[in-house]
Amino acid sequence: MPWVLAIALGVLIGVGSFTFRYAEGLSYLSTDPAACRNCHIMQPQYDSWLKSSHHNVARCIDCHLPHDFVGKYIAKAENGYHHSKGFTFQDFHEPIMIKEKNAGILQDNCVRCHADLTHEVVAGATRPGDEVRCVHCHQSAGHGETVGLGGMRTTN
Amino acid sequence: MITRNRGFSTVAWLAAIAVVAVATALVTALLMNIGERKQEATRPFVRLVEVTEDSTDPALWGVNWPKQFDGYLLTAEATRTRFGGHGGSEALPQEKIDRDPWLKRMFLGYAFSIDYRDRRGHAYMLQDQENTERLTKPQSGSCLHCHASIMPLYRQLGDGDAMKGFEASYKYSYQELNAKLHDSGHAYPVSCVDCHSPETMELRVTRPGFINGIRALANSGAPVPHLPSIERWRAGNKAEPYDPNRDASRTEMRSYVCGQCHVEYYCAAKMPLTFPWGKGLRAQDLEAFWNETKFEDGSRFMDYRHAESGAPILKAQHPEFELWSQGIHARSGVACADCHMPYMRDGATKVSDHWVRSPLLNINRACQTCHHMSESEIAARVDQIQQRNFELLQNGGTALMALLDAVQAAKQAGATDEQLAAALELQRAAQWRLDFIAAENSMGFHAPQEAAKVLGEAADLARQGQVAALNWNAAQ
Repeated sequence: MPWVLAIALGVLIGVGSFTFRYAEGLSYLSTDPAACRNCHIMQPQYDSWLKSSHHNVARCIDCHLPHDFVGKYIAKAENGYHHSKGFTFQDFHEPIMIKEKNAGILQDNCVRCHADLTHEVVAGATRPGDEVRCVHCHQSAGHGETVGLGGMRTTN
Repeated sequence: MITRNRGFSTVAWLAAIAVVAVATALVTALLMNIGERKQEATRPFVRLVEVTEDSTDPALWGVNWPKQFDGYLLTAEATRTRFGGHGGSEALPQEKIDRDPWLKRMFLGYAFSIDYRDRRGHAYMLQDQENTERLTKPQSGSCLHCHASIMPLYRQLGDGDAMKGFEASYKYSYQELNAKLHDSGHAYPVSCVDCHSPETMELRVTRPGFINGIRALANSGAPVPHLPSIERWRAGNKAEPYDPNRDASRTEMRSYVCGQCHVEYYCAAKMPLTFPWGKGLRAQDLEAFWNETKFEDGSRFMDYRHAESGAPILKAQHPEFELWSQGIHARSGVACADCHMPYMRDGATKVSDHWVRSPLLNINRACQTCHHMSESEIAARVDQIQQRNFELLQNGGTALMALLDAVQAAKQAGATDEQLAAALELQRAAQWRLDFIAAENSMGFHAPQEAAKVLGEAADLARQGQVAALNWNAAQ
């Protein structure tokens, strides 16, 4: 019996490690934006980020993850769980929409870089309710124009 | 005495093995799932059969592009929104003219007063046309321009030149051309080949009516800020005529392919099928174009003479492309396909939904990509726009009926056609505007302000006509 269990465990560890490797599990510990489209769902978000005004100053994690070590890994774990569950079972709302908690992280990151310009705009606001959300108006900052492959191409 | 196996019972060992086995099975299932998704992402389709310009059977294309074909097949499903569509029985949809009685009186003298129903999906377009009671009146072969996958037949009629074949087609009766279509083996409703190049799958337009119409629009000076390729072509040297397949952007093509048919046109037997775009795309521009048009025999252009009043009437078809052109969505670069065939995810692939239908049945994909609010909020906003348009439309219908009543009363009192000429011209202008919005399939949503303007003019012109008819003998 112990041998059977040992072999079974060995197979599990082997298949498990291979799956982890095949699914590019280690890439999720990196900062590379390409890792965020591993599971295909985020391909349009990745493509639109490439065409946005922020693509050479901010990667996915710069806007979408907290910048303290503990907070960052908690958010990675939480989002990682939701995303892998959502994509494996295909049971999420489409189009994919940001959750309230992540919208808060995003707002903090806008202010983190742009505080000098915005402190008077956001001063006194306490989340969520009365806060001025930057992306409410600056929708195209991170992911470009929503329509027409970067907006309309006009003659002038 | 019971011997113990180092503290574990056989049952415990078996249970441990079973747990590990189940875990391994789950991990393997996950591995397979990931593998399948990776395959999908690298190979969105496999070209198993060859398709050519003559492959009008959509099922053949469906072998290569099953995801798009599955969506196309769903256009046979009955769908309904508050103001449009088909209730869902196997029978033909409800008579539009029974619901709005003023429509029937408005169309007296035209085949639409015999049979005019709510629309069904693309899959039914040929069958519904072959069955309509309007065919008891003579109908032209031009109708097949949009109700069949007609291009091979046009090439056949024109000895290889589709434009020539198209130009000959209006002389055939509907029954004659329909018989030829069935003989040619291409009796299918709109098919893949009508919008896609069989070699590259690129979007392209094929319909001669559209190619002529958009060229006339480009040659005119009418502002078209929502069609930047036309403005670019106008700014160039114009050495070659405007060619949508060469000049238009992909975004524009995502509207042009729909504009091949969802437009206003003349399609009866007195001249070739014509899209009236030579002066612009607004209702008033189309009216001005028709008012300057003469039939080949030199007589004044009209679709029919009103059976009750005798007015020379313009019948609006379904000017969706034209009304969309006046709206905020067109102005913002949103194409027909963005809302009516929105991108959807299928596994790891992105496909455009070929179940062409009302965006109200697909609000999340059609609207929420841009409008970040709840589905119920979006539905409520659309409903508000459509309800207001509906009320304006009924208001216009009432005004037009009052005009017709006044004309009837004047005739009974002995008014001549000359004495009623002003009233009848006003009927033509009012009815054109009313019908333009009534026949258009968005209940005003494609351009709410433009629709309200057109309906406001309709009611005003109808009341002016009523006054003119009431005062028919004021001069004497």
